Amino acid sequence: MKKRYSVKCLEEMPITAISFLTSEGNETGEWRSQRPVLDLEKCNRCGLCWMYCPDNAIVPEMDSFQISYKYCKGCGICANECPKKAILLIKEKR
Amino acid sequence: MKKVISGNQSVSYAVLAAGAQVVAAYPITPQSSIVEMIANFCSSGQLRAKFINVESEHSAMAACISASVTGARAFTATSSQGLALMHELLHYASGLRLPIVMANVNRALGSPFNLKADLSDSLSQRDTGWIQFYCQSGQEVFDTILQAYRLSEQVLLPAMVNLEGFILSHTYEIVDVPEQKEIDRFLPPPAPRDCLDVENPCLFGGTTDFYINFRYKMHEEMQRTKVVCRECDADFQKVFGRSYGLIQPYRCEDADLILVTAGTLAGTCCVASDQYRERDLKVGVLRIRLFRPFPGEEICYALRNAKKVAVIDRDFSPGCGGIFAQEIKSVFQGKDPLPVYEFIAGLGGKDVTDEDIGKVIDQTLQTPEPGGVTWIGVLK
Repeated sequence: MKKRYSVKCLEEMPITAISFLTSEGNETGEWRSQRPVLDLEKCNRCGLCWMYCPDNAIVPEMDSFQISYKYCKGCGICANECPKKAILLIKEKR
Repeated sequence: MKKVISGNQSVSYAVLAAGAQVVAAYPITPQSSIVEMIANFCSSGQLRAKFINVESEHSAMAACISASVTGARAFTATSSQGLALMHELLHYASGLRLPIVMANVNRALGSPFNLKADLSDSLSQRDTGWIQFYCQSGQEVFDTILQAYRLSEQVLLPAMVNLEGFILSHTYEIVDVPEQKEIDRFLPPPAPRDCLDVENPCLFGGTTDFYINFRYKMHEEMQRTKVVCRECDADFQKVFGRSYGLIQPYRCEDADLILVTAGTLAGTCCVASDQYRERDLKVGVLRIRLFRPFPGEEICYALRNAKKVAVIDRDFSPGCGGIFAQEIKSVFQGKDPLPVYEFIAGLGGKDVTDEDIGKVIDQTLQTPEPGGVTWIGVLK
């Protein structure tokens, strides 16, 4: 059973990291400076991006792939490996 | 019951009285006799604790952290290089908000190799998030270990009780070791707290957004620690009739010059103060007992009637000066600053006599403006 804490204010914060969350709670997407955008028109569903992604941030769907921006650090390996140039890196805006 | 025991034995008896459940330590002079005595308590069955022999101080602290994370009352003791080796894990202990209590027997850091008293070892750990106490007598050592456990478990921050090597650690004094039932009145068994959930063990880390919030919570609690420490000391007074405060002023009320120091140097300063009072020179002494959190407001208040302040440090930050002196100067921020005269003395256990303190007093009284750091006892 995994704990899911959503922390909205300081009072809700625990005082230590003990039994707070697993690393799944660590949303590394906030590190990203570049955002990969997948063009499903160009994508041939080969799955190379999914295989190469070091962070499991490419999620296979029924007949397609999706990028999980919660965890994607924006390393760009997927864009580099894509034989169809279907993944474009754009500047992340926050 | 009154016993004639050394400062180190005071620590051991206090740990026995506190009923520590896990003790992990690595030997180092002048600390070793603390854990040797605790090991005897464990082997004789007087203390029902798990005694863990480890291969380094780094491992000793790791073992204490692991024990404390499960809710156990943990203890370790070290000195000098041993404390330095623990440094990395000291941050983990405070970051995990674990009420570990450690005795550090102050000893000079090498090189050159030195076994004697010097506060630079623990002051080098100033920013690790540990509560720091500096003691002056064997009785205070015993009492502070008990207070440290209670305080630490209330605010969930680790505490370091410092006593100077040999001067305090190996000096035999009369120490009142109270009955266990009195101690239990002051220090109940550890209350349940948020511990590692062994059914669902997980440890969160690596994020940027949460980190600053954890640190802010630590900051808030450190601020509150001063209040809790005062309450804890007042309760201690009720049960045992002794109290120490965060700072200890001696003849400060009407003093023109106040000597500020920590640890056993304060005793010598009090003797010198009495000598100068006989000559109608109003000298007082302020001993800093709690160093982290730093009781700046209390210090300011204690110094309010003085015209000059002389800080005597048995420690040294190369490129800056005495560490207590820097902290004392910071308390006047936004207030009328007092002239602070800085002195370094007794490094590496060099004896500091009442005559040396006399030199400090004479120089401070005779010099119109403070300028630089004066070293006492350096070859001419």
